[in-house]
Amino acid sequence: MIKYVSEFRNVQAVHKILKDLHGITKHSWSIMEICGGQTHALLRYGIDELLPKKITLLHGPGCPVCVTPLEKIDKAIYIARQSDVIFCSFGDMLRVPGSHLDLLSAKAEGADVRIVYSPMDALKIAGENPHRRVVFFAVGFETTVPAIAMTVHRAATLKMKNFYLLVSHVLVPPAIRALLAAPDNRVQGFLAAGHVCTVMGYEEYIAISKEFKIPIVVTGFEPYDLAMGIFMCVRQLENGTFKTENEYTRAVARQGNVLAQDLMHRVFKVVDRKWRGIGVIPQSGLDLNEHYAEFDAETAFNVHLEVQEPEECISGLVLQGVKKPFECSEFAKRCTPDHPLGATMVSTEGACAAYYRYKMIDGDKK
Amino acid sequence: MTQDILSFQCPIPLDEYPYVVMGHGGGGRLSHQLIEQMIAPALKNPYLDGHDGAVLGPVDGKIAYTTDSYVVNPLFFPGGDIGKLAVYGTVNDLAMCGALPRYLSLGFIIEEGFSMNTLWKILVSIGIAARETGVQVVTGDTKVVDKNKGDGIYINTSGIGVVPHNLRIAPDQVKTGDKIIISGDIGRHGMCIMSQREGLSFESDISSDCAPLAGVTAELVQNVNVHCMRDLTRGGLVSALLEIAGVSKTYMEITEEHVPVNSNVAGACEILGLDPMHVANEGRFIVFVPPVDAQRTVQILQQHDIAQHARIIGTVANGTPGSAVACNAFGGRRILSMFSGEQLPRIC
Repeated sequence: MIKYVSEFRNVQAVHKILKDLHGITKHSWSIMEICGGQTHALLRYGIDELLPKKITLLHGPGCPVCVTPLEKIDKAIYIARQSDVIFCSFGDMLRVPGSHLDLLSAKAEGADVRIVYSPMDALKIAGENPHRRVVFFAVGFETTVPAIAMTVHRAATLKMKNFYLLVSHVLVPPAIRALLAAPDNRVQGFLAAGHVCTVMGYEEYIAISKEFKIPIVVTGFEPYDLAMGIFMCVRQLENGTFKTENEYTRAVARQGNVLAQDLMHRVFKVVDRKWRGIGVIPQSGLDLNEHYAEFDAETAFNVHLEVQEPEECISGLVLQGVKKPFECSEFAKRCTPDHPLGATMVSTEGACAAYYRYKMIDGDKK
Repeated sequence: MTQDILSFQCPIPLDEYPYVVMGHGGGGRLSHQLIEQMIAPALKNPYLDGHDGAVLGPVDGKIAYTTDSYVVNPLFFPGGDIGKLAVYGTVNDLAMCGALPRYLSLGFIIEEGFSMNTLWKILVSIGIAARETGVQVVTGDTKVVDKNKGDGIYINTSGIGVVPHNLRIAPDQVKTGDKIIISGDIGRHGMCIMSQREGLSFESDISSDCAPLAGVTAELVQNVNVHCMRDLTRGGLVSALLEIAGVSKTYMEITEEHVPVNSNVAGACEILGLDPMHVANEGRFIVFVPPVDAQRTVQILQQHDIAQHARIIGTVANGTPGSAVACNAFGGRRILSMFSGEQLPRIC
């Protein structure tokens, strides 16, 4: 598969776009990359250092690990600690701190917590362990939803009685709207997350571009994609246009993956959702709809919690692009990847973790 | 004897004891049967003469000493198994000190119910690996733990090697200006194991790079001025660089595109969101030599099958002591840091 990415890591091609970008940039612009995967790629390849000084990148809330609210983590830990439960999760949720501990610590205390790469693996575990209750932590943006919808659909077909989902899905467009509607909004252009748009297409983004008069470029994750996405966004800003454009044409079609969307709508319904560090964003999440309610872990385990977030972590402001990670007084001091105070320091896609990993060169903070 | 061992025929009659029982670690008749019929024939050498300890002959040089434990799961994987890994791993730790490996100890912790046939296969593999690397297993121990109190089998080892020269090969010998040379492509062992694990199974034909390094390191020590060597086991290349940078109070700069990564490993890492520079190896190492010896070092390495893709990947440079940076082809630089806890595959 690596041959499919190598051409998008071609140094000459990337430098050519960056040169063009320097040529067209006349004014100062703030652009937000929505997706944490893009934040990491930008910093990992050092693309951010090669941009014109007039361009400021703001790192968006597109990291599902980072925005999963504290109370969901606490609920996950509560459920995982039940003696008959096998709790399955994507790997990087395991280190996210809840109010008191994380899932890895719960595992160390004896909870049966397992890393899976696909939700179908969790369903397989449920089939192999008919006397245990198997719960899958359904986290992620629109990208992970279809596979999870397929799993639930399959569980229903198989009439599984020991398989549940703890659902914490979030949607990108409502978050963009919330950011743009905020009074202290600084974002002048967006790079939309290519993988999300692979599933959902970009019709919704066209409406946002029109309504908020803001350019949006659907962008991939390789150095070439990122340089090109920024170039296309700046070109619009300099020209005073505000369209939604597609840089990631090799993966994204305007209407997206219609089959995957149908499956999503068959299993899930749109609901209000709390985002860690940000608060409730209306119509920004997905829950199982009434046809699949029997698979809902929160109902099955009767777990209802509301948790206040600690005040010392400014991850909410970081996720909204209002502050940079190093503007936090605890960054790289009390808060490190080993001892994260907030979720943005935990996930490999979190902005704080990205700055910690890639930007602390020579001990300085850029 | 070799013929017997290679036959893979378990010498304890399987109809009598197809599985390890508690008594095999109890010190009684079953323990003795296990040692006499399984362990001794597989590892046969004059030192295994019934004493609990081994009395070793005088050696000509300083002594290098190491210990390690092996808990790998699955026990058998493409390119190796826990037995071979235990021998090679211990031998490699000695080789990195510039020592010639001589003697090993083996401690088995076996879970009740473990297949006797599987144990035999592991012992055979240990025997073959020991002969291949020229070491003798001179002492050992077997304990059996209750069912569900272990993960099949764990192996603890220690190793003794002889340092036949007066050179000091260690992290504190690394100096600014040294070239950093890698013996081959990275990440195979870690990705091989990950591809086999439950819950993360994906199709791959990645084999572990598990290999003995003492032959090639001995040749290096004889021919070039080796300042330091380090095998790239847990934590991979990044942890090795940072550990050495920390001890030697130096700063390392590597060129990312010069670090060889097999395309299957690169693809698997891409899918799982892992960095190959963090992934474990069992047959790769880095060497620090003065610039004048760099080309010769690469040449020597490349003459060995296990290091034929050796190349220079970086330099010990002027910069913040104790840190390491990777430069990429785009002109960007990123600080290298050890990952926290264990590497976890990401969501998307």
